[in-house]
Amino acid sequence: MDPRRSARTVSDPKVRQVGFFTPAAPPERSCSDPPHQQDLIQPQSPSSTQVNDHSRSGNSLSPVMIPPPPHHHSDTLLRTALQVSSPKTALSYSAKTVTIPTENDDVPSSLSPSRKVVAVKSPSSYPGVRAISVPASELTTVSVVNLPPGISEKVGGGASVEVQNDRPVSSKSLKEKTSKAERRAMQEAQRAAKAAAKAEGTKASSTATKVATSANTKPSKAAKPSSQKNDGSQFAASEKKVGDRAPEKDRKKDAPHPRMQYDDTSRVEKAKKRAVVKQTEVRNRVELFRHLPQYEHGTQLPDLETKFFELDPMHPAVYKVGLQYLSGDIRGGNARCIAMFLAFKEAIKDYSTPPEKTLIRDLTARISSYVSFLIECRPLSVSMGNAIKFLKNQIAKLPLALSESEAKATLMSDIDRFINEKIIVAEKVIVKHAVTKIRDGDVLLTYGASSAVEMILLHAHELGKQFRVVVVDSRPKLEGQLLLLYSRVGTACVAMVAHAFRVPVLVCCEAYKFHERVQLDSICFNELGNPDAISKVHGREDINYLDGLVNRENLQLLNLVYDATPSDYVSMIITDYGMIPPTSVPVIVREYRREHLWS
Amino acid sequence: MPDTQALVNDFLNKLKKRKIEGSQATAKQTAELLRSVISQTRVPYTNQAAALIQSVKAVGEGLIAANPVELAVGNVVRRVLHIIREEDLSLTTAAMAGLNLSAVSDDEDDVDGDNQPVLSAAAIAAASRSTLRPPSLQTLLEDVPDSAAVPHTSSSGGDSEGKSKSADKSSRSRKLKHDVIEAVNELIQDINTCHEQIAEQAVEHIHQNEVILTLGSSRTVLEFLCAAKEKKRSFRVFVAEGAPRYQGHLLAKELVTRGLQTTLITDSAIFAMISRVNMVIVGAHAVMANGGVIAPVGLNMVALAAQKHAVPFVVLAGSHKLCPLYPHHPEVLLNELRSPSELLDFGEFSDCLDFGSGIGAPLLHVVNPTFDYVPPKLVSLFITDTGGHNPSYIAEIYQLFVMSLRGEDMKFKSEIMKTNCIAGGNLVKS
Repeated sequence: MDPRRSARTVSDPKVRQVGFFTPAAPPERSCSDPPHQQDLIQPQSPSSTQVNDHSRSGNSLSPVMIPPPPHHHSDTLLRTALQVSSPKTALSYSAKTVTIPTENDDVPSSLSPSRKVVAVKSPSSYPGVRAISVPASELTTVSVVNLPPGISEKVGGGASVEVQNDRPVSSKSLKEKTSKAERRAMQEAQRAAKAAAKAEGTKASSTATKVATSANTKPSKAAKPSSQKNDGSQFAASEKKVGDRAPEKDRKKDAPHPRMQYDDTSRVEKAKKRAVVKQTEVRNRVELFRHLPQYEHGTQLPDLETKFFELDPMHPAVYKVGLQYLSGDIRGGNARCIAMFLAFKEAIKDYSTPPEKTLIRDLTARISSYVSFLIECRPLSVSMGNAIKFLKNQIAKLPLALSESEAKATLMSDIDRFINEKIIVAEKVIVKHAVTKIRDGDVLLTYGASSAVEMILLHAHELGKQFRVVVVDSRPKLEGQLLLLYSRVGTACVAMVAHAFRVPVLVCCEAYKFHERVQLDSICFNELGNPDAISKVHGREDINYLDGLVNRENLQLLNLVYDATPSDYVSMIITDYGMIPPTSVPVIVREYRREHLWS
Repeated sequence: MPDTQALVNDFLNKLKKRKIEGSQATAKQTAELLRSVISQTRVPYTNQAAALIQSVKAVGEGLIAANPVELAVGNVVRRVLHIIREEDLSLTTAAMAGLNLSAVSDDEDDVDGDNQPVLSAAAIAAASRSTLRPPSLQTLLEDVPDSAAVPHTSSSGGDSEGKSKSADKSSRSRKLKHDVIEAVNELIQDINTCHEQIAEQAVEHIHQNEVILTLGSSRTVLEFLCAAKEKKRSFRVFVAEGAPRYQGHLLAKELVTRGLQTTLITDSAIFAMISRVNMVIVGAHAVMANGGVIAPVGLNMVALAAQKHAVPFVVLAGSHKLCPLYPHHPEVLLNELRSPSELLDFGEFSDCLDFGSGIGAPLLHVVNPTFDYVPPKLVSLFITDTGGHNPSYIAEIYQLFVMSLRGEDMKFKSEIMKTNCIAGGNLVKS
C-alpha cells in the first residue's frame, strides 16, 4: 500500500474500464487474492480455510449479492410508529409547511426568494457511487465488494481491476449451473491455489478470472479453478508490482458477478426457464433501457400465489416478503431491508440442517436461493445487497464447533443487531447530527418521502426550532403527499437547482447503504417502474389524452426509479459516522467493510 | 363605438378569467380587437394618428391590466401603436415629398408644436444622416433596411403642415386608417403563420437519428417537430409530461398520432435522461429584452440540466412573444399561481388548509406557479419566425428597438412596468 499504488488505482480504472457493460466487451475481472484473505483469516485458526471456502462458495452461489440499484433512498418506514404518523400529523407538527408538490421544476422559483434554504435531501445510497466516481471519474464500473481495507489500491496496482458488470439476476442462471460437486471442486482448487501461493511466497496467485469477464458468468466459475493455478503465476510474472503484495489479493471470491444484461437474449432465455416470477414480455420497451429488467406487473400476484405450494424450498415468510415487494406494498431501502431480514430470521428459525450437510454451506445456499427469488420480485437495493453480504459473512464465520441451535441463535441475534445498529440507531445518530444544522428561520426543502428526513424535521420541531419546510413532490408516486416523502428519481434535479441557486444540499444516508459502485449516468444501471403509472395521473381523470394510445408502437412510456446525482451538487452527507463531504465516502466504505465484513 | 366597447369588455373578461390559453391565441385576438377599435374610431381632420393612438392606448391599457402576465397583449398593443406611427410617417413623407418641402426642418417644428416628446438627439442625427427608417423590431430582426421612407418624427398632423395642406386632409385621413388596418391585418397574418415560418427551419436544426427532449406542450414545438418528420427525418422525441398540468401527455398524443417515435417520461427523470439527448427544444411564454425566457414551469431545471451536459437548449418563439421589457425578479413578478387542486385533493387535506389553527394562517401552503424564468445564459438559440438568433442578439435588438420607440410608447412601457409590479406585488401577498 505504498502511495504509488493508490495513485495508480485512480488512473488505472480509467483506462481499462471505459465503456459500459455491453455484454460483448469483456470487462476485466480481477482475480482473487488469496494471500490477503489468508491474512485476514488467520486469526481463526483451524477452520480458517474452510470458512474461507464457504464464503467463497456462498458468494459464487449468489452473485446476487451485488446490490443493483445504484441509489437507494431512505425509505418511508422503518418503525411502524413513524410510519403511522400520517400526513396530517406530520404536518401539524412542523411549524409551517409549504408544499410545492408540483415538480422539481418549481424549485427555482421557490428557492430563489429565500436564499438561506437548507435543502435536506433524503438519503440515497449512491453517495458511495459518486464519491468513487471522483477518483475514477468516467467509468461505469463496479469494483469488488468485499475489499479488505487497502486492497483497492492493490487492485489498481495489480492491473486487474475488478469490473463487475452488474447483473443481479445472473444469479439465476448461475446458480443453476453450479452444482454442489462443482462448487466443491472449485473450493478445492482454491485451497490448492492458496497453498501454491504460500509456497510461492509473495508471488501473487491472482486468479485471473478474466475468463469470466465475458458475457457468461458461468464459465467464470468453471474456469476459476484452473485459472487460479495457471494464470496465477502468469499474472504474477507479468505484473511485478503485484507480486509483492500478493498476500492480500484473494478477493475473487467476493467479487460480485456481472449483472445480468437483459438485452442478452440467450441468457435471458435461460433465466426465464428458472424464474418463479413469470417475466412478461413488455411491449414498447425503451431502446436505451433494454439492458434492464423490464417492469413486472403486480397482476402476477395471483399467478404467483398459486405457485406457492410448488416451491417447496421457499420459506413462507420470504415468499410473503417477495410478494410484497412485487406489489409495491413494501418499498424504500430501509423498509425492504428490514422486511427481508425479518423474513430470513423466520427462515433461520425454522431451518434444520439436512442430513449429510453442514449448516454453514447449506444455509448459505438456502439464503442465496431466497435472495434470487427476491430479486425476481424486484431488483435488490444497495442496502439489501450490503445486508445480505453481512449475513452471509456471519454464517461463514460461524465456528464449526457450534451446535445447530447455537448457530441459529447466533445468526438471529446478528440479524437483530444489524437492524438495530445499522438502521435504527444509525438513523437516530443522523437525526442528532442533522438537527444541529437547522437554525431558526431556516426554510428547508425536501424531496419525496424519507423516513430519516421526517424524523429530523419532527425532532427539530420538538426542540422548538422555528423553520419552514418546502416539500417537493413528483410524479408518478406522489409520495411527498404522505409526509406530506424517498428520494427517488428527481433528486438529481433538486440538487442541481439547489446548487445553481447556491443552496447547500445535505444528504442523509445510513452508512450501510454506501456502495462502491461507480456510476456516471442513470442509464447503465437503474430500475424500471410501471410504465402505466406514467400515462394515468392519480386523481386527475381529466388527463386521459393517452387512453387507447398505449399500444401504439411509436409511443413508449418510461418510468425510471432512480437517478444518480453528481457529487459536486452535494455539500455534505450526514451518516451514522458523522457529517462528511462526499469525497470522504470511499473512506467510510472502506471502514465499513473492515468493520463489518472482515472483522 | 358601442359594439366595440362590448367587444372590448368581452375580451377583458376573458383575459381576467384566463379563458384564453396560449400567447398566440391571445396575441391574435388582441390584434383583431385593436383592428376593430381602429376601424370604429372616428378620425378628426387634424392629427388623425394621435386620435388613433389615443383610442388604441386606452383599450390597450385596459387589456394589459386585465392580465399583466400575458405579455403578448402588451407586445401586440405596442406593435399596433408602432404601425400607426409608421403608416402616418410614410404618408406624411409622401405628401411632403410631393410638396417638395424640406422634411427635416419641418419635422422639428412639428415636434415642438405638437408638444410631442422630442426624439433623442442621436435619433435625429441618425435620421438626418441616412434615409433609413427608424428601426422597427421587424426590420431589425429581418435585417432589411427599408429605404423607402425618409426619417421622420412621430407626429404628423402638425399645425404648420395642417395649414399648408388642408386640402389634402380628408383623403389622407381615410388613407391613414386604411393603411393602418392593412398593416394590422398583416400583423395578424404574421401571428397566424409564425408556426409555419418557424417550422420551415426545422430541417436545418434536426438531423437524422437525433434525440430531442421537450417539456409540456407547445403548438410551435409540435409543428416544428412534425415539419422535420415530414421532411423524412427520423428521430426520437422524449416528452417530459410537465406536471402538474400534464400538457406533455397532450403533446405525446399528437406526436404519436403523427407517427413520431415518442417516449413519455416524468419531469423528475429529466436529469437522468438528458445525458442521452442531443437537443432540447421547447416553447416559450415570452422572451424578455435581455434574452431571458418566461416559460412553463419546469424549464429552468431542464435548462440547467442541459447546460450541465452541454446539450443545446433551443427556444422556439414567434415574434409576438418578444417583449421589450427587462425582467426584474421574474420568478415572482411575472408569475401566476394556479389552483392548488392540481396538486392536492382538497377533501383529503382540508384540515391542513383551514384557518382554524389559531395562528390565523393555515399551516399548509400550496404553491403552484405557472411559469419559470430561464436566464439568457442557459439558452443556446432562439428560433423565431425571422430566423435563428442567439440570446445576446435578441438583447441587442431590443436595445435598438426600445431606443427607437417613440416617447409615448416609452411612457406606455413604464406604465406597463408599473402594472406588472403591482400585479407581482399582489401575487406575493396572496
